[in-house]
Amino acid sequence: MVVNNPVLKIHNLNIRYGDSLAVKNCSVEIEKNKVTAIIGPSGCGKSTFLRTLNRMNDFIDSFSLDGQILFDGVDIYDRQSDPVDIRRRIGMVFQKPNPFPKTIYKNITWGPHINGYKGNFDNLVEGSLKGAALWDEVKDRLNESALSLSGGQQQRLCIARCIAMQPEVILMDEPASALDPKSTAHIEELITKLRKDYTIVIVTHNMQQAARVSDYTLFLYEGELIEYGITKNIFTKPDNQQTEDYITGRFG
Amino acid sequence: MNNFNLNSAKRKKNERIFKYLCQLFTWMSLLILLVLIYHVSIQGLHYLNLDFLNNYPSRFPDKAGIKSALWGSTWLISLVFILSVPIGVASAIYLEEYEKKGRLARLIEINIANLAGVPSIVYGILGLTIFVRFFALDRSLIAGALTMSLLVLPVIIIAAREALRAVPQSIRHGAYALGATQWQTIYHHVLPASLPGILTGVILAMSRAIGETAPLIMIGALTYVAFIPESVMDPFSTLPIQIFNWASRPQAAFEEVAAAGIIVLLLVLLTMNATAVLIRNYAQRKYRW
Repeated sequence: MVVNNPVLKIHNLNIRYGDSLAVKNCSVEIEKNKVTAIIGPSGCGKSTFLRTLNRMNDFIDSFSLDGQILFDGVDIYDRQSDPVDIRRRIGMVFQKPNPFPKTIYKNITWGPHINGYKGNFDNLVEGSLKGAALWDEVKDRLNESALSLSGGQQQRLCIARCIAMQPEVILMDEPASALDPKSTAHIEELITKLRKDYTIVIVTHNMQQAARVSDYTLFLYEGELIEYGITKNIFTKPDNQQTEDYITGRFG
Repeated sequence: MNNFNLNSAKRKKNERIFKYLCQLFTWMSLLILLVLIYHVSIQGLHYLNLDFLNNYPSRFPDKAGIKSALWGSTWLISLVFILSVPIGVASAIYLEEYEKKGRLARLIEINIANLAGVPSIVYGILGLTIFVRFFALDRSLIAGALTMSLLVLPVIIIAAREALRAVPQSIRHGAYALGATQWQTIYHHVLPASLPGILTGVILAMSRAIGETAPLIMIGALTYVAFIPESVMDPFSTLPIQIFNWASRPQAAFEEVAAAGIIVLLLVLLTMNATAVLIRNYAQRKYRW
């Protein structure tokens, strides 16, 4: 599928852990300021694929890849590319909320601080927390530990921490899977709101969630890209029989 | 239900026996410690006063004091701390955070574990050969401190690695995902979170360093010192050496002086450990997930 304004272009991507091939010959373009959902059964390579997009797999010794991932026209796995810089521009929200064991305020300011942010930190904290729909709940307790927040609040704090860096792309790895239905609804609402300013790639095992929040959907099965298209089409009239079987719940 | 022979009476009896056995052994070791402290106190308490802390050793039991040994130990432990903690923690960080896991890493790991088990007298011989003779540091404080640092380094490295490993990966990933370098991640998140564990290792290491005698005797620490060391190049004595010296004298009165020395050594140890435990508990309260 060709998109109009791609921010990430992935060409013939193969990802390996040691000898086992986790993602096979994948070519995808991710459109700017849209939400792209990656769906597929457990172990199909969704998370591996996502983490490769901001070099979070670098920490796994057995990880290797070939193919190209172009971000702004530059291959992020090129020798010249600095993973630290890439992660600053492509942020990530993880499956389990992982706030730092510090105050709410410091959770937001740490990333900008170490990256030499020169603006006003108070405004940054307020803006980021508002952006993550958390401001009203925590504005009177910014100096309390982030660990005193509920799971759903912690996850929104992680989103706030991420957008404080003003990244171009936000990767979300099953951001609501550890949360209760109410917090999940909160996060989904937030994602639809964030798509205005950010490109979002979200991995989810919840098909309804993909249908609700995304513009494009990418279906992975056993490391292969089975189908990629506009979410509405994928969920109403998929081209591929396997996609249809999966979204109708016949397997997976 | 008929396929089960529950035998509950017997199982409950075994349960009780095991519990009481564990309890008995716990109390036994405590009791032995109490008897020891009681015995030492009875013998030594009447020698323990300000004069004892302020006097130099003497051949008269009533005039004998522990001043030089106390200062020697203080000097030694401070030097060992300054030398071994930064090197030990840095090594642990390298091995745990930077080094690629492979055959070489395993080899280093096994070797460090083995070094922790090497008898202390062997370190004494090593110190004598390298520091005292080769580097011609003579019987100085710095030679003793270097030798002792070698002795406690493996303990610190192993404990610090355990502590670093216990920090959840998710914290590191959260930091990396914000565009942090590895050093920023370690310095701001991993080290503070592992501080309590590292301190536990440091406590163990320093306790060992203050109690060890053999390697210091090997490198020629003195048993009679009538002055306080003023630089790291001065000769020195330490508490355990002084105690050993008194205890091996024929006069019965010196046995009691030795007991007073043991009380001082125990007090120094306890103060040191208590301080470290306090710092550790404070650090622990801040990091809980």
